[in-house]
Amino acid sequence: MILDIRNLSKTYRGPDGPVQALDRVSLAIGAGEFLAVQGASGCGKTTLLLAAGGLLEPTGGEVFVAGQNPYALEPEKRAAFRAAAVGFVFQQFHLIPYLSVLDNVLAPSLAMPRADARQAAVGLIERFGLASRIRHVPSELSTGERQRVALARALLNNPRLILADEPTGNLDPDNAAVVLDHLSAFAAGGGSVLLVTHDASIAARAQQVYKMP
Amino acid sequence: MSVARLVLREIRHRKITFLLSTLAVAAAVACVVAQLSLLHRYDLATEKLIAAKEAETREKMAKLEDDYRKITLGMGFNVLILPKDQNLGDFYAEDFASKMMPEEYATRLAKSHVATINHIMPSLQQKVRWDEQGRSILLMGIRGEVYVQSGKQKPLVNPVPAGSIVLGYELHQPLKLTEGQKVKLMGREFTVSKLNPPRGNKDDITAWINLPEAQEILGKPGLINGILALDCTCDTRDRLSLIRAEIARILPDTQIIEFQSQALARAEARGRAGDEARASIEAEIQNRARMRQTREAFAATLVPLVALGSGVWIALLALGNVRDRSAEIGILRALGLRTSHVLFLFLGRALLAGFLGSLVGFLAGVLAVPPPMLSYQLPFLPVAFLAAPLLAALSAWVPAYWAAQRDPAEILVSE
Repeated sequence: MILDIRNLSKTYRGPDGPVQALDRVSLAIGAGEFLAVQGASGCGKTTLLLAAGGLLEPTGGEVFVAGQNPYALEPEKRAAFRAAAVGFVFQQFHLIPYLSVLDNVLAPSLAMPRADARQAAVGLIERFGLASRIRHVPSELSTGERQRVALARALLNNPRLILADEPTGNLDPDNAAVVLDHLSAFAAGGGSVLLVTHDASIAARAQQVYKMP
Repeated sequence: MSVARLVLREIRHRKITFLLSTLAVAAAVACVVAQLSLLHRYDLATEKLIAAKEAETREKMAKLEDDYRKITLGMGFNVLILPKDQNLGDFYAEDFASKMMPEEYATRLAKSHVATINHIMPSLQQKVRWDEQGRSILLMGIRGEVYVQSGKQKPLVNPVPAGSIVLGYELHQPLKLTEGQKVKLMGREFTVSKLNPPRGNKDDITAWINLPEAQEILGKPGLINGILALDCTCDTRDRLSLIRAEIARILPDTQIIEFQSQALARAEARGRAGDEARASIEAEIQNRARMRQTREAFAATLVPLVALGSGVWIALLALGNVRDRSAEIGILRALGLRTSHVLFLFLGRALLAGFLGSLVGFLAGVLAVPPPMLSYQLPFLPVAFLAAPLLAALSAWVPAYWAAQRDPAEILVSE
């Protein structure tokens, strides 16, 4: 299994007392699998994604990514593990506004330097049809282009797992289809994808759908 | 791609906040450099002022010295060497010594290199009757100075040439005598070579002639009855005892009396004038030192205040920068960047503002106090180059640490 989530629970402290965001969620994704988690807004989808990516320590249960429980690692080692094993794609893209397309795609190499990073980044940019935009900053790109840049960035370190949080939420249907095609292609290439969405039609593009209560 | 490149790109993106941080550092550095330069300029002005006052005092003292020489010339000598067996009561009653001593004493005294006396003038003085004019006078035979140091020594009294006579005021004025006129004294003819102005003492009834001629007229060949001497090299106020001690060793058959104490008073007045001039300079130095302390205290208050203000300003700007970049921090942490990377993003920015601010501030500080004093100011540059980035980094430390410690999940959820 690339991602193995067992009885995952997360409780937040809210102003009116504890809030149960996740309650004993279990799911697993193997290599080459594309899983969509579907649920209404506020059902804990993003919490599940962040916990799966080693960014949000759960209050109960366990997470294993490529056989490693990230929360068993020291914070700095967990960050390094995350850089190597996980790629993130967000609805808001979260591109760095003052960096060019090339530098945004290269950003993961800050955490995990590699000699061929630039070559790999250029390859991804070309693959995502952004070669003509390589020197542009995010404010000069369309929303679809921005999400493709975010996707290329997520793939730079050859992660085993892509975690996508509503990646098509801000895109038109054509651009959404392009992004979903790329995620499917990543899964087809042996990677694993966990996509969270409230949209049933988007979830339908995945091989499996997990519905949040 | 490196974190340093990220820092530079971010600075280029948010130029204004970086410029404001740089200006805050520059203001602190400029304040330090300008304040130190002002203090240094003040010190230089003080040195110049004191040097000018010292030069002025030296000039005044030199003038006083010359005046003193001229005054003592007019007033006579301040010690008189008499034969040891001379009764002083008789001397004061008669105005001249009745006992004699060899003229050779004057030469012996001069050749002994006496230290406390500069001028030696042997004389033969006696009250005589000037029958030709029907009056009593003091006749003084002088041979000019016997030089203690060398013949180049500036003489206080010029010798009276043979056949000439110098007359006091009460001798020439009633008789309406003029210079160049021939007069007879004790059967011998003299040419009047000089007519003295009134002095208000016995000089007014004195006639000066050449010493050998006086010895001949008075029947005292090779003899004198006094040596007039002027002390002017002894700094101590108790000069008379020193002179007495020294002359007693050289001329044991003599005695010394203080003569024309007004000259001594003038010499001491000169000493007091010197003391007052030195005291005035010292007072000026102390006054300038007090003013410098006031300026130093002002700088000691202003510089820390400006440094503190700059530090707070940099900290606020850094805090604003952290808040503006929340999403960036969240995504960079999600991509695997460690806390040290995030710290470097913010501290690196502050360090660069510090380096740049130190250069700008140094230049501003130098230009604020024209004209530049680069030999004094340049050594501040490396100090500013080290201290200013340190100040900036310390000021940005808390916001940077806060940024590094922020929970990326919380940021990403809220964004």
